Amino acid sequence: MEQLNAWFTRLLADNEIFTAQTIGYYAHGLANTAQLVLLSLLIGLMLAVPLAIGRSSSRPWVKWPIFLYTYVFRGTPLLIQLYIIYYGVVFVDGIQDTWLWLILEKPFYPALIAFTLNTAAYTTEIFRGAIKATPKGEIEAARAYGMSQAKMLRRIVLPSAFRRALPAYGNEVIFMLHASAIASVVTIMDLTGAARFVYARFYAPFDAFLFVAAIYLCLTFGILYLFRYLEKRLLAHLKPQT
Amino acid sequence: MAETPLPLEVRNLKKRFGDNEVLKGLSLEARQGDVISLIGASGSGKSTFLRCMNLLELPDEGDLIVHGESIRFKQTRRGREPADWKQVERIRAKLSMVFQSFNLWAHMTLLENVIEAPVHVLGKPKKEAVDHARSLLERVGLAERADYYPAQLSGGQQQRGAIARALAMEPEVMLFDEPTSALDPELVGDVLKVMRDLADEGRTMIVVTHEMGFARDVSSQVIYLHQGQVEEAGPPDQVLGNPRSERLKQFLAPKF
Repeated sequence: MEQLNAWFTRLLADNEIFTAQTIGYYAHGLANTAQLVLLSLLIGLMLAVPLAIGRSSSRPWVKWPIFLYTYVFRGTPLLIQLYIIYYGVVFVDGIQDTWLWLILEKPFYPALIAFTLNTAAYTTEIFRGAIKATPKGEIEAARAYGMSQAKMLRRIVLPSAFRRALPAYGNEVIFMLHASAIASVVTIMDLTGAARFVYARFYAPFDAFLFVAAIYLCLTFGILYLFRYLEKRLLAHLKPQT
Repeated sequence: MAETPLPLEVRNLKKRFGDNEVLKGLSLEARQGDVISLIGASGSGKSTFLRCMNLLELPDEGDLIVHGESIRFKQTRRGREPADWKQVERIRAKLSMVFQSFNLWAHMTLLENVIEAPVHVLGKPKKEAVDHARSLLERVGLAERADYYPAQLSGGQQQRGAIARALAMEPEVMLFDEPTSALDPELVGDVLKVMRDLADEGRTMIVVTHEMGFARDVSSQVIYLHQGQVEEAGPPDQVLGNPRSERLKQFLAPKF
């Protein structure tokens, strides 16, 4: 580790902007972005599965509240959702006296909540579409072979729907990564926050932002690659063999 | 005298879609080893009749008795529904269905398709199910294709795979819903051959079909439906060889 540091310091010795210190800011920002995005995607995914099942239900009192939720969160900008949660919670009476305040006073958690609710809404709709597209014949076969509703959902509908949803969900992951840039407006030192800091300090927009853009590009490439791999493995059944 | 219960008995089945009564009181008795062919023009209700037998369609009236067990119904606001869906699921597992458009589960390989219901509905140990599935795939000539996905198979192969899936349940009765209608003509033969073999080994089968040759050679009984009623029924040489009703004569007449 020490050797690596020394190597970096030497490499960057001639340049004023990308010193070990600013690289450190970017690294720190990367960690924050990764944490925020991964956590919100993970929790969002766990919320989206039951919500999508409920959204596909024929019972109106299950279906419509979920639709209202996804409509509101897909129908308003993420930035506004973040503002409402981040600035708004302060005004909830008495919240500062509860344990919740310990969480909500840091900007990370309001951002995590906003991102999670937002991605859960989009993911719910992606899954709902995939569930709805389950071939009728396959459902009929499941019923004809004596499967209960729950078993059919678990064994036939969801495995088939998740596979179908994979390409669209890959896009959602990339969107989420890029949308996370707005976390910097509520003072989170994410990747973009680090870039803004470096920009302000050196007044060097191209260096500061092109560098961070390159990092986002690399991350996007990684996500694309991961989903390409998953699609190749899990969507093999859709590709006719010649 | 104690009688063994019939594999399947249907009494006075009626079904309406809205104001349209599509089945007007149909009955059927399948004895062990019977092959019953249901024939009739499209719209005669033959597929609906078959689909009522495993309750993919819910009949409005009438009784279904599978191996001596009568399906219980109750009246609800939406009409008549099974009183106990667990009973329906149990009975469905005894009546394997083969569909016109195969309906294999696309995200599973052929082998996985065949073991799915035995393992997850009947609770059979996986290893046993796999061994059984392999021997069934061998029987329908698909041993080499066990690890292929349905989309990688021809229609005829998919349908033979679907028959293997049906056999894996060791069903009381097999229901065939126009199993060759979606196939290219040159693929029909392989599927019919498999079905003939099944009839020969004494399987109880109910077959909705347009294949008059199959109905004539293989059936023990042929039922001709017209507008939801039995127009003529009996052994194949009588119904197909010497039809009495004018409509059946026309139905059977060669069309050019």
